[in-house]
Amino acid sequence: MSAVTVLAILVVIVRAKPVIPPEGTAANKAFSPADFPAVFAKEEGLIGAAGAGAAPPGAGAVLFPVPAPPFSEGVFPCMECHGSIPANGERRVLEAMHGDIVLHHDEEHRWCLDCHDAEDRDHLRLASGALVPFTESYRLCGQCHGTQYRDWRSGIHGKRTGYWQGSKRYLLCVHCHNPHSPRFASLQPLPPPVRPQFLRSEDALAAAASGGPGTDADTKENGDAGPAH
Amino acid sequence: MPDPRTDAITCGDTEDDAKVDPVTLSRRDFLTAVGMAAAGFLAGCSPEVREAYLQKHFLELSPPEVEARLGRLHADYAKRFGTQVQVSALPAQPGVVFGYALDLSRCIGCRRCVYACVKENNQSRNPQIQWIRVLEMEKKKGIDFEAANPYYNPEQVPDPEHFYLPVACQQCRTPQCTRVCPVGATWQEPDGIVVIDYDWCIGCRCCMSACPYGARHFNWGEPEVPAAELNPNMHVLGNRPRPRGVVEKCTFCIQRVRAGRYPACVEICPVGARKFGNLLDPESEIARILREKRVFVLKAELKTEPKFYYFYGI
Repeated sequence: MSAVTVLAILVVIVRAKPVIPPEGTAANKAFSPADFPAVFAKEEGLIGAAGAGAAPPGAGAVLFPVPAPPFSEGVFPCMECHGSIPANGERRVLEAMHGDIVLHHDEEHRWCLDCHDAEDRDHLRLASGALVPFTESYRLCGQCHGTQYRDWRSGIHGKRTGYWQGSKRYLLCVHCHNPHSPRFASLQPLPPPVRPQFLRSEDALAAAASGGPGTDADTKENGDAGPAH
Repeated sequence: MPDPRTDAITCGDTEDDAKVDPVTLSRRDFLTAVGMAAAGFLAGCSPEVREAYLQKHFLELSPPEVEARLGRLHADYAKRFGTQVQVSALPAQPGVVFGYALDLSRCIGCRRCVYACVKENNQSRNPQIQWIRVLEMEKKKGIDFEAANPYYNPEQVPDPEHFYLPVACQQCRTPQCTRVCPVGATWQEPDGIVVIDYDWCIGCRCCMSACPYGARHFNWGEPEVPAAELNPNMHVLGNRPRPRGVVEKCTFCIQRVRAGRYPACVEICPVGARKFGNLLDPESEIARILREKRVFVLKAELKTEPKFYYFYGI
């Protein structure tokens, strides 16, 4: 390969500017059922999605309901504060504001402005430089988590509610995963079942209330609930 | 030799008893008396009791008889629980076979599904009946039912040393429970759901011993469902209140899925580990999972061919 070709490629790379398509063009189009005709073939009313509807208005397409991104109270729009603060590109621990955010998401390699756009904090920034609204944050997540993104779009990853045969409600990645610390948080389990030997007695409820009758390991059952004693 | 026509039924087991109490009557007289007594008994009963005695198998009911049965159930439950309920007999849709998949790499064992199921399906609170059983298993051992513990109760789940395997009815394609039922009170519907006719079940529990998954549960006592927590959206073969002495099991929330909705356990699962859909629709979530993921069924060697699949999403 000649030096001229290499130089030409380098020039092209250096001169390439981030493409920021205006609102409404293909790259910024709202995610709509038309994008996944197989999944959203049938439309009907959705129960349980009341109070959702935070998806941005698309070009006449019926949007599938996704709840609003789970912002902390009063934090959005970001530019209300950041509009008057010059962007600080220095990597640092935040103290004055956002001190509650602990970055636990590949923090060795990344920090705030890798995902949040420095100039327009109301949008997220893809690796290509394209801006996406918070309601489409899955596109940002999908840049690294491609298999999860693919599975999410086809309904394998993530939670869907509504109708197996009709319209479904998706959740954004950030509804289950805190973007700054994405590991799924632990939960307290609901009470264990009552052991068969206690099923008949009236004190079963009392026993359950006091933390479950007996915890000795040698009475483990193999999954059969038959209270046959 | 006695005349066969006067072959007598004697009260008492021994010759001596017969001599002491020589009450004899012919077979014809006996049967006539029994018939008369039954007819008299039924004639003297309330219509509800008469109906209960003359109840036909659900599959033998004509559409008007189904309607009549639903009407009686409405009245009965309205009286018992003091609230209006809706019992449906919605049949299976053509071209639909339900399948279920559970992502073992996601399940954290929080038991939200267990209690959502109890509430949705009007399971007895005391004595406790739970259709879903979440088994805690050691990661080191893998799937080992002998060492599984359903009674785990740590402060927080998931425990790093364990994984969790929820088990409910596997909705087998070749269900052994329906095969052994001596009265045909349980069968597989066209959409693959194994159901029970609670009016027909005699409570012999043969099906429970035939089920390799421990998925069937017996009402040893009078089921207790608080009226305030009763789910009024019912299906006659599903979550309607059961009488004492019958077997019950998961029906994929037949009252929900026949109306197009997801089962309650799918709706509640906080990690989205539970997937449900139509196996015959190649674009459904469940069909995609079967194509794209590593899928297995429990106790495959028994050839029960479950429609409940487990998979690893990652």
